[in-house]
Order: sequence, then C-alpha cells, then structure tokens
Amino acid sequence: MKYMMLIAGNEDVWASRTPDENAALYQRIGRWWAEESAAGRVIDGHELEPSPTATTVRIGADGGTTVTDGPFIEGKELVGGFGILDVADLDEALSVAASWPVPGDTLEIRPIVERG
Amino acid sequence: MADRADVDTRLAEVLREERSRLIGALVRILDDWDLAEELVQDAAVAALEHWTADGIPNNPGAWLMTTARRRAVDRLRRRARYRERMAQLTAEAREMDRPVATDGPMGADDRLRLLFTCCHPALNREAQVALTLRTIGGLETAAVARAFIVPEATIAQRLVRAKRKIRDARIPYRVPDAAELPARLAEVLSVLYLVFNEGYLASSGEAAERRDLARDAEWLTSLVARLMPDEPEVLGLLALMRLHLARADSRFAPDGALVLLRDQDRSRWDSAAIRDAMGLLARAERMGRPGPYQLQAAIIAIHALSSTWEATPWDAVVAGYDALLRVQPTPVVELNRALALAERDGPTAALEVLARLADRLDGYHLFHAARGELLRRAGDVDGAREANTRALAMTSNPAERRLIEERLA
Repeated sequence: MKYMMLIAGNEDVWASRTPDENAALYQRIGRWWAEESAAGRVIDGHELEPSPTATTVRIGADGGTTVTDGPFIEGKELVGGFGILDVADLDEALSVAASWPVPGDTLEIRPIVERG
Repeated sequence: MADRADVDTRLAEVLREERSRLIGALVRILDDWDLAEELVQDAAVAALEHWTADGIPNNPGAWLMTTARRRAVDRLRRRARYRERMAQLTAEAREMDRPVATDGPMGADDRLRLLFTCCHPALNREAQVALTLRTIGGLETAAVARAFIVPEATIAQRLVRAKRKIRDARIPYRVPDAAELPARLAEVLSVLYLVFNEGYLASSGEAAERRDLARDAEWLTSLVARLMPDEPEVLGLLALMRLHLARADSRFAPDGALVLLRDQDRSRWDSAAIRDAMGLLARAERMGRPGPYQLQAAIIAIHALSSTWEATPWDAVVAGYDALLRVQPTPVVELNRALALAERDGPTAALEVLARLADRLDGYHLFHAARGELLRRAGDVDGAREANTRALAMTSNPAERRLIEERLA
C-alpha cells in the first residue's frame, strides 16, 4: 500500500535557526532518508525550495488560467517536501511519520489511489 | 417448536454477547465491514425463523457463527478473488466449527481487533464513539442518534465516512503490539468513559436512551475487562463506572432535582455493587501499575465506603487527589482536590487554591459554582452571589441550573 507523506513546517522557524543547527538537522534528515529507503519503506521523495519560489496556476470554470506568485494555501505551515511510502498499512505509515527527525514539523499521510 | 417471544429474548441476549465476535470474524475473512454487518443481520433473521420452528439450539452463538460463515462462503464464491480467500477460509474452518466457547482465544482476539480498529486514533472521536456503539455495542444507528441528540443522518454519515476511511486508508484490523498498546488502550478507554459520562451526566429529565448509555459503556468495559484481564486500567475504569452506577438512583430527588453527594441517602446505594467494584480495584492494585482510572476509582471508593458525609476521612481523599495529580496534572483535578481540602481545612484554604486556578478555569461553570459555595461558607455573601450568577450563565444542564438557582434565591 502506497501513501504520500506531506511534510510541512514553519519556514520562519527554519530561518531563525543558526546555520550550524540547520546543518545538524539536515544531517539527521539525510540519515533518516537513507535508513527508511534502505528498509524499503520510503521509495521516493524530495525536499522543495521554500514557498517564495512557488507559483500557483488556477484553471477557471471557463477553462481560462490565472497564474499567481506564491503557494495556493496561505499559512504558517507550508509544505516543504514529500515522501512516497510503501508499507503494509496505515499503522506502519504512521510509525514512519512518527520517526521524522524535525521538531515542530507536521506530517500528513494520504493513501495513493492506484487504479487497475 | 419454541415460543416466539422466548426466541426473541434469547436472540437479543445472544446477539449482545456474540455480535462483535461474529462481525470481527467476518471482517477478518471478508475484509468488508458493511458486508460483515449485513451477514450478521441475515443470520439473525434466519435464527428467528429456524429457532422458532426447531427450538433454540444448545449453543446459539455457534449456530449464528456457522450460519453467517456459510453465507460468507456463498458471497466469496461469487467473487473473482475467491480462490485465494477460500484457502484462508478452509484453513480456518476447523477452528470456526468449534463450538463458540464463552471466551475462546480466537473469538476474543476478533472482538479486540474490532474494538481497536473502531477506536483507532486516525478516526476522529465522534467516529470512534459511533463505530464502537454501533459495531461492538450493537446499538441501532437511530439509538446512537437519540442518545447523542443529533440527527440520525449525521450518525449514519459518520459511520459511512469512518468505514470508508478504514478501507481506503487501510487502517489495520489488529490488536496493537506491546509498544503501542498503552497509548492505544488509553484511546479505547477514553472512548468508553466519554460514552459513560454522556449517559451518567445526563439529567433525569432527559431521554432515557441518553441515560442508558452509561449502562452500555459499563457493559462494553466489562467485555474489555474479560478480554484483557491483565490490564489494571481496564479494571480501574470498570470499578469507577460501577461505583458511580451504585449510587445512580440516589442522585436525583423524585421531582428530578439533583442531590449532591453530601445530601444523598446512602442507604439507597447498592452495597453489593460497591463490594464488587472494590474487588475489581483490589485486583487492579495487585498488578502494581497505577493509572488515572484506578486512582479516580480509589477516591470514589472512599466516599462509597463512608457511612456519612461527616464520617468521610478527608485526609485520605486529599491524598487520593495528590496521587491523581501526579499522573493527571489538570486544573479540574486541582479543583476537586481543593474541595476536599475545604472539608479538611476549611473554605479559606480552598479559596486560596481556587485563586491560583482562576485564569485556567474561568470558562468552567463548576469552578464558579464551587467558588460560590466556598465564599458562602466563608461568610462572603456578595462574592458568593456574584460567583453563582456567573456559574448560572454558563450552565445548560437543567438539574444543575436548578441547584444554582436555589442557592441564588
């Protein structure tokens, strides 16, 4: 069973940490990713550039498009990355999420629809 | 031939005991909650017919299990993946054909799996409550709706959403492993205690279905206690519920007015139920793992064993709250401790504690009601009136309103 794990965090908190603290955190994230990948529980995923780099495209009811600067949800907690999990069930997905090493982050687990 | 009324009564009894075991076994085989419930319903209809014609079987639970399982096999035959499932079913068939003993390890397992799935933390609290009452408790959707005073369609919708999430997000159907068990069991117990309180705190004027919830919760908790006999907090919660229920009849005057613990007629308390609860609590304490439910039950037990309000050993009550505060440091527990302190050391000592709790409990009507009563006893008539007025403005329960109105009169 595959799940998407959306990783959200407060960008201000990241910005408020010292470069050393952030470097240490990145090391722990790298280790987490390596371990979970080796165990086959995380099969894909990426970190995303911060939200100011986001561009939102809206498809109107008439099919026309509007392009705006920034992410489509305004808020303190912004998606900063994602992982694709391949695990037995929700409990295993939750235990993977619970081991994510960044204090203050919020994770959302959503089943991936697989047709056929 | 059996009498139709006898069959009705017996079937209702058997279903109450066996329903969750039947559904649990079918969910495990079929991996489909709705179908499992439907097949149990079908088996019950068949039982009514057959038992009336041929007499009630010696082991009605096993009869229902066999009937439901045959129907499950019929359904599986019509399915594409039936070979794979049939293999599993055949392997289990011998096991399932065994008479359903009172608490065979396998049946027990199925009911616990079902319960832990109903109370999975990935479901919201309302969904956990509705699923547990419907699936384990066997309440009709309409009965759950009446008890919680919400439209039937709302409960039906909650059940549909919850079952869809169990299926689509693949919430596993299993008893959590040892590492997860304490947190997951706490979740189950708080669902049961919430259901109990919904019923127990309902005033006498409200719908009978609401008050019956307390009995339903007590029954569910006794089921969990039978299935997990080595979990002291389950016994603690069961003891707590039984101690409350033992004095349920004395909580309301004939005219529906609330009677406070201080004024209750203790001769009306159910002393057999109290003894039974004390036995449970002693068993739990011997396991040497105290927890919030055991500690709450221990405090209520002090009251239950005191012959009068005046004879209450307040030192022990205060000590009980001290112990509870160590595992559950909440302002409401501190408030209750302060009320015991008032009995031991007088209202002034308690009012000093309340002053420290004011900013955290300002929105809690019982804080203001308690403060009003303490101020009255300390001789501050104006302060008491002001506190009671605030309490009244926050209270919706009719019996509680009446009590505060009498103090204000």
